[in-house]
Amino acid sequence: MRNFHFLFAAWMAVWAVFFVYELSVASRVSRLRDEIDRLKQQLREE
Amino acid sequence: MKSRVPITLVVAALMFFAGYAALFIAPDERTMHEIQRIFYFHLGSWTAMFTALTIAFVANVGWLLTRKPEWDWLGVSAVEVGVVSCTSGLITGVLWGKPAWGIWWTWDARLTTCFILWLLYISYLILRGLIDEPQRRATLSAVFGIFAFLDAPLVYASNRLWRTQHPAPVLFGGADSGLDPTMVKVLLFSMCAMLALMMIVLVDRYRLERMRHELDELSVAAETRSLSAGPALTSATKG
Repeated sequence: MRNFHFLFAAWMAVWAVFFVYELSVASRVSRLRDEIDRLKQQLREE
Repeated sequence: MKSRVPITLVVAALMFFAGYAALFIAPDERTMHEIQRIFYFHLGSWTAMFTALTIAFVANVGWLLTRKPEWDWLGVSAVEVGVVSCTSGLITGVLWGKPAWGIWWTWDARLTTCFILWLLYISYLILRGLIDEPQRRATLSAVFGIFAFLDAPLVYASNRLWRTQHPAPVLFGGADSGLDPTMVKVLLFSMCAMLALMMIVLVDRYRLERMRHELDELSVAAETRSLSAGPALTSATKG
C-alpha cells in the first residue's frame, strides 16, 4: 500500500485529537470536583 | 459515571468499525487510490464540527433571548468541541493534501475560510478567558459566537462558489458529483461514528461547565458566610 503512513497518521490524528481533549476535560473535572468537595466540607464545618 | 462506560464503549466500537470500513470495506478510488480513504475521517470531522458549531449558534441565540445560564454553558462547550473537530479536520486535510496535491497547504477559498473559522472560534475561547463578570462574558461571547458562525456557511459553499484546489463536493454537488454506493454507506457510517464521539465529548464538556457554576455558587456562599461570621464574632467578643 503506497502512502499508507499518511492514511495511518490521519486515522491516529483523529483519535489523538479527541483523546487528548477528553483527557483535558477529565482532568479539569477532577480538579473542580476536588475544589467543590473542599468548599462543601468548609461550609459544613463553619 | 459508571453508567457512562457502556455508551463510551459503544462509541469506541463505532469508531473502530468506521476505521475498519474505511480501510478495508470501501472500494479503492481510481485516481487517488488508497490515500482517498482519509476522506472518511476527514468528512466525519467536518460533520462533527458543523454540528457542534450549529449547536453553539443555537445556544448563543438562546442565551441572548432568555439569559438562562444553561445556554451559555452549552455555547462554550459546543464551541470547544467544534474547535477540536475543526483541528481534526484540518490535520486530516493536511495529511491528505501532501500525497494528493504534493503540497501540505494552499490558500484556496475552502482551506482559507476553514482556517479563518478555526481562528475565529479560538478567539471566542480567548475572549471568554479575558472577561471575569459572568453575565458580560456570556453576552459578549454569544454576540461574538453568532458573528463567527457567519463563516460556517461560507466554508460549506466555498468550493461551490469559487474554483478551488480542494475537490468539488461529492454530496449534493450537482449532476457530475456522486459516490459509489458502498463508499456512501461507509461515509455515512463514519459520519455517524464521528457525530456520536462528538456528542459524548460534548456531554462531558457541558458537565464541566455545570460544575464550574456550582463551584462559583459555593465560593460565593463560603465568602458570604465568612463575611457574616466576622461581625457576629466581633459583637460576641464585645458582649
